[in-house]
Amino acid sequence: MATRTIGDSATTVVRRRSLSESYLGLWLTTTDHKLIGLMYIVTGFFFFLVGGMEALLIRTQLAQPNGKVLSPEEYNAVFTMHGVTMIFLFVIPVLSGFGNYVVPLMIGARDMAFPRMNAFGYWLVLFGGVFLQASFLFNAAPDGGWFQYAPLSELSCGANAVSCAPGMNPDFWVLGTMLLGISSIAGSLNFVVTILKLRAPGMSINRMPLFTWMMLVTSFLLLFALPSLTVASFLLLLDRHLGMHFYQWGFGGDPLLWQHLFWSFGHPEVYILILPAFGIISEVLPVFSRKPIFGYTFIAWSGVAIGFLSFTVWAHHMFAVGLPSIAQVFFATSTTLIAIPTAVKIFNWLATVFGGKISFKVPMLFALGFVAMFLIGGLNGAALAVVPFDYQITDTYFVVAHIHYVLFGGSVMGIFAGIYYWFPKFTGKILGERLGQWQFWLLMIGMNLTFFPMHILGLLGMARRIYTYPADQGWNELNAMASVGAFIIGIGVMVFMYNVIASLKNGQKAGSDPWDAFTLEWDTTSPPKKYNFLELPVVRSRRPFYDKKYPEKADWKQVTH
Amino acid sequence: MRMPLFRRTKRWLVPVTGLLLFSILFAACGENSPTILNTHGPVAAQETFLFWVILVISTIIFLGVEGVLIFNIVRYRERPGMEAPKQIHGNTAVEIAWTAAPAVVLLIVLVFTVRGVLAVAPESQPTTGNTINVTAIGHQWWWEFYYPDYNITTADSMVIPVNTTIHVNLYSNNVIHSFWVPALTGKTDLIPGHDNTKWFVANDPGTYQGICAEFCGTQHANMRFDVVAESSDAFNTWAINAKQAATTPAAGTTAAQGEAIFKEQCATCHGIVGVTPKYQMQDSSKVCTTTQACLLGPDLTHFGSRHLIAGGVLSWDAQSCQPGPDLMTKCNIAKWLHDPQAIKPGNDMNVNLTQDQITQLVAYLLTLK
Repeated sequence: MATRTIGDSATTVVRRRSLSESYLGLWLTTTDHKLIGLMYIVTGFFFFLVGGMEALLIRTQLAQPNGKVLSPEEYNAVFTMHGVTMIFLFVIPVLSGFGNYVVPLMIGARDMAFPRMNAFGYWLVLFGGVFLQASFLFNAAPDGGWFQYAPLSELSCGANAVSCAPGMNPDFWVLGTMLLGISSIAGSLNFVVTILKLRAPGMSINRMPLFTWMMLVTSFLLLFALPSLTVASFLLLLDRHLGMHFYQWGFGGDPLLWQHLFWSFGHPEVYILILPAFGIISEVLPVFSRKPIFGYTFIAWSGVAIGFLSFTVWAHHMFAVGLPSIAQVFFATSTTLIAIPTAVKIFNWLATVFGGKISFKVPMLFALGFVAMFLIGGLNGAALAVVPFDYQITDTYFVVAHIHYVLFGGSVMGIFAGIYYWFPKFTGKILGERLGQWQFWLLMIGMNLTFFPMHILGLLGMARRIYTYPADQGWNELNAMASVGAFIIGIGVMVFMYNVIASLKNGQKAGSDPWDAFTLEWDTTSPPKKYNFLELPVVRSRRPFYDKKYPEKADWKQVTH
Repeated sequence: MRMPLFRRTKRWLVPVTGLLLFSILFAACGENSPTILNTHGPVAAQETFLFWVILVISTIIFLGVEGVLIFNIVRYRERPGMEAPKQIHGNTAVEIAWTAAPAVVLLIVLVFTVRGVLAVAPESQPTTGNTINVTAIGHQWWWEFYYPDYNITTADSMVIPVNTTIHVNLYSNNVIHSFWVPALTGKTDLIPGHDNTKWFVANDPGTYQGICAEFCGTQHANMRFDVVAESSDAFNTWAINAKQAATTPAAGTTAAQGEAIFKEQCATCHGIVGVTPKYQMQDSSKVCTTTQACLLGPDLTHFGSRHLIAGGVLSWDAQSCQPGPDLMTKCNIAKWLHDPQAIKPGNDMNVNLTQDQITQLVAYLLTLK
């Protein structure tokens, strides 16, 4: 066999193709942020379907009183896994995937700062997700709620050992979430270093896209919040398996310790779920209004404010546990405060659209839908902050309405806005407009039909986390309505999947810049080359690509920032 | 570009959909619901009053913001020949204005909030007027009520006098539960190891539904209770009766046979004063020890004067439980005794009783007034 030397084109080498050069191997061994981002998104979407099935099971069981579709044990596992899957295996991975793909491009970098750790983070999500779902095979799916309160999560409690959790269910939860937590920490470190150190020259922090800003804040939130969850989970493992008693009252421990530790993670977690979506909206609205974002500085810094404040509000999930009044007042105040930066963002988004030239392409539909629906979630959230009213409606379907308006009307709408916006960049094809419109309206109608009645159900006394309800409570019609809405959402999701498949096969080809956008990720081919940019991009304002395309009306000529 | 799927002929869909959604509000106007909108006591009244405040403010903000959004969409939609819009980056004065305005509104709401917190807090329990102490103990999955001043233990129904401050001690020796009676008061959790308390008053006589409002395991859904508010006289009569030991049925009757079955099969978990050996009404709220008996199942001493079974999963009435051929189909007690697992899967009661035994037990339970 001849040895190959550079420039020696007459020599041929025969060797076996290594694994990493095969198609599958390419995906298995890649450290390219773009491919990793795609894997995050596809994996996350797969778990969206799993969580969605669980939602449909829940709504089928609750469509009628005295439902017999699921036993109470099955129901408790299904509603628990619905929460766990949607939060840890869908929203976070998909938003992380967008961040992975788009942020290096937006800042003019070649890749993330730590490409191999990036890959590590993804594979942990896949294996953590499989591990969690495998719990069903062991008949030990977590069934204590996604929040797993002690002492219900302990091995035994009180007189009846079987009334707590003697099986492996909480252990699956703990170990699964720990795997995912490690993944998030790895990803967050990567984002922080990438965003702080790898921006193209000229792109000061004050000029980077708002999606990048939000990913930065989200990453800090994850880094500071995950330790609480890790500690809480670890102490639970010690209680369950090494005979310790952190949460067991009978030995001097305290069940409330779990709640404080968990919500110290849990509250920043919900901002982790929404801030990247805020970022996506802040990218989409300007492009489809043909104007820059209104109030860039205020939107960026309100994100930072939300990040800081999110660590001061955790006990608003605990208003009914009997904290002293001074604590109730403190947390009521901090929760009220955090509403202000959120309101500021909404007003800035409205001002962005005001006076614009609005094109109703599908990304814009989802972005506008986001604003409309997230507002409702914000209002009913502010209602929950009114503590005496919270005493009546906490732990009822009113809260379920709130969380789904912010998570579905917020995060999911934001995610679909991002998918329709960046799909051309990722694949070189544009997602079908017509099908996208159908999907949008199905989701809008479906989600309102599902979740609006839940406000009323809460006011009428329907508690959360109940596997069934009697026929004489006056809740029947509203539950039936919610169940119908859930299936409409399901149809919308199926339309989306069909749209993806059809567009990949026969969709309209996208150039590098189908939307006439403003930020650097569009100044590449669709999909971008492996190296992203041939030359360092020139950045003189917040809209470097807009400046490049329209040099006469470039931002840096109009304003200084 | 035209608003997608929104051609002229379909515009009527908008008001129709709106009306349909609005009709949701009428779909359930509280028919028999344990609704918070129909309060019968000062604590709940204060808490629910805030709902109306929130509703008004939220509706105004909702209409305002959505209105601006819809205005923008309609007024600034892309039309042929439209110019490129002015590239406005921001306006500091406007930013300050719309940061300050929500802050002011929220501050006003916060004032209501703080006042409300202090008004219903445990330390704000009225010091004048009559007070009754009740200890509510959360089991899995039923409610025990113990009156320390009267030495009465009962289950499922909390009987109270009207216009009296009810001071509730909240205990659990297993998992976290939550005590909630929407018509009378918001909820407070029962946390093992903690001594939570709350107070409320019922202004009107009536039966008010109570709910466990913290996920507590398999049968959290079926852990309801009743608060039965009566006039002071009726309450005193009830208390005198409740302190008595159970009536012994006349010898040779079906009920007497039922008592025998009870002693044999049920007394390990259920207490009936005067029947279950060594069982006396006591505060089993705290630790279950070898010396202090722990109730596994509800006290049945005066079951005949209550009407809920097993954490409110079923209710019963004397009419449908009269002896007869259709006892098993009409009487909920009989159905429960026949197969408790079918009605409340996962609960701690496992029995295998014949139809005769059930008939006898039902007859006995009816005598326990």
